Amino acid sequence: MSFLQGLRCRICHAEYPLSANHVCSACLGPLEVVYDWDRLARSVSRQAVEHGPYSMWRYRDLLPLPDGDVPLIDLGTGFTPLLRADNLGKALGLRHLYIKNDAVNPTYSFKDRVVGVAVNVARSFGFKTLACASTGNLAASVAAHAAKAGMDCYVFIPWDLEPAKIVNAAVYGCNVVKLRGDYDHVNRVCSEIADNFGWAFANINLRPFYAEGSKTLAYETAEQLGWRAPDHIVSPIAGGSVLTKMARGFEDLRQLGWIPAGHTRVSGAQAAGCAPVSSAFLEGREHVTPVRPNTIAKSLAIGNPADGEVALRTIRTSGGAAEMATDDEIVAGIRLLASTEGIFTETAGGVTVACAQRLAEGGKIDPDETVVLYITGNGLKTPDAVTTAGLSIREIPADIEAFEAMMSSAVA
Amino acid sequence: MATEVSEVTVRIPAPLRNLTGGQGRVTGHAQSLRGLIDALEAEYPGLRERLCNQDGSLCQYVNVFVNEDDVRLLQGLDTVLPPGARVSILPAVAGGSTD
Repeated sequence: MSFLQGLRCRICHAEYPLSANHVCSACLGPLEVVYDWDRLARSVSRQAVEHGPYSMWRYRDLLPLPDGDVPLIDLGTGFTPLLRADNLGKALGLRHLYIKNDAVNPTYSFKDRVVGVAVNVARSFGFKTLACASTGNLAASVAAHAAKAGMDCYVFIPWDLEPAKIVNAAVYGCNVVKLRGDYDHVNRVCSEIADNFGWAFANINLRPFYAEGSKTLAYETAEQLGWRAPDHIVSPIAGGSVLTKMARGFEDLRQLGWIPAGHTRVSGAQAAGCAPVSSAFLEGREHVTPVRPNTIAKSLAIGNPADGEVALRTIRTSGGAAEMATDDEIVAGIRLLASTEGIFTETAGGVTVACAQRLAEGGKIDPDETVVLYITGNGLKTPDAVTTAGLSIREIPADIEAFEAMMSSAVA
Repeated sequence: MATEVSEVTVRIPAPLRNLTGGQGRVTGHAQSLRGLIDALEAEYPGLRERLCNQDGSLCQYVNVFVNEDDVRLLQGLDTVLPPGARVSILPAVAGGSTD
């Protein structure tokens, strides 16, 4: 496998050969992929990337993928728009604000990046079944990639997931299994299934590979800014992995000399109904205490985030901050983004916008910083979160006089 | 032992099955999670140091569930085990290079 050397335990540094394994058998710590960084740095170049496909695969050499002669399973993920957001910036008091719109990936969330890596690794290891524990977005992505790869597919979700998210996965022909519990229960049962069934679980036994896919969010952002990193990013926190991987992604590019030396502040956004990381940050705690989630932002409803403490450390050491948003603020955040920038995001994006607003108002974001907000999922996935109350929707008889009457009464 | 203790089922994750002779499910007798870990250690030596820190607390990357619930949301190692309880030991699903 390309520049991959093996797996290593984050805690005790024990080393393992490449395989579908995420746990150190010595200390039960999480395993991470190890690259031959010197060889990688000698072999890759910014120019080669610039001539690559307009997708996440332009960074293929920086990802933990099988060697080059096998065609990749690819749905066209990534290289999503980085948009200047001057209208939203005005509302938040930020002069250099950008949106990374990752809601326009093939299955409408950033999960296509991590699953893109996982499906190809699963095939290279010879798995026939691809599975996942999901709050919805991952399920759709796993199901779509399994369909493209011709693999069997099982997705496990909490029983109370939004109907649109269930259809978004089931349509690809996978087996959807609703478990009567919250995501933390689903995650637990899937860990046990992964141990006993010999399946590739994208976010469990393939996690060391899968998680690396999130780095492409950082790589793309830097390239789209003209090969420089933003001063400050705001990312939603669910399991804690994405935020940590993005911070690492900008570091990778600095180490390669592809972007100038510098520093990116990393801030995190959670829903008030599930804020184990943000409350630890705001209360000055080192440890993340699990909570029972209760929020409309179901894609972020992970009460015991496995990478929560790493995310917390990343936020603190980068000089960033963390915030939380109530359900009302989440809906207001969705509407603010839609009405200022023309982007309809799901509840997770509402969390990000609402928290960015709090951070800006609290002086945690400097008005002159270059700031990127990560919008990770599409609004059509959670349309019921936005009630029609307060939106301008009227019904009149089908004739022009009725319309004229409506307009004159509006003016009056 | 003065009080009667109930039998509980314990699910063992794959990375620890070398200590249980390959068994993914074992039984134990204890009133609390702390007592269960003592009992398991007596039968499968080496298990405790894989689950607990030197001060006796649960390792950060070890999750234990009693029936449906994460013991960190209950009373941790002092969680009482109801008769017939199903105890699951699971490594946390974490990942991501941070070094």
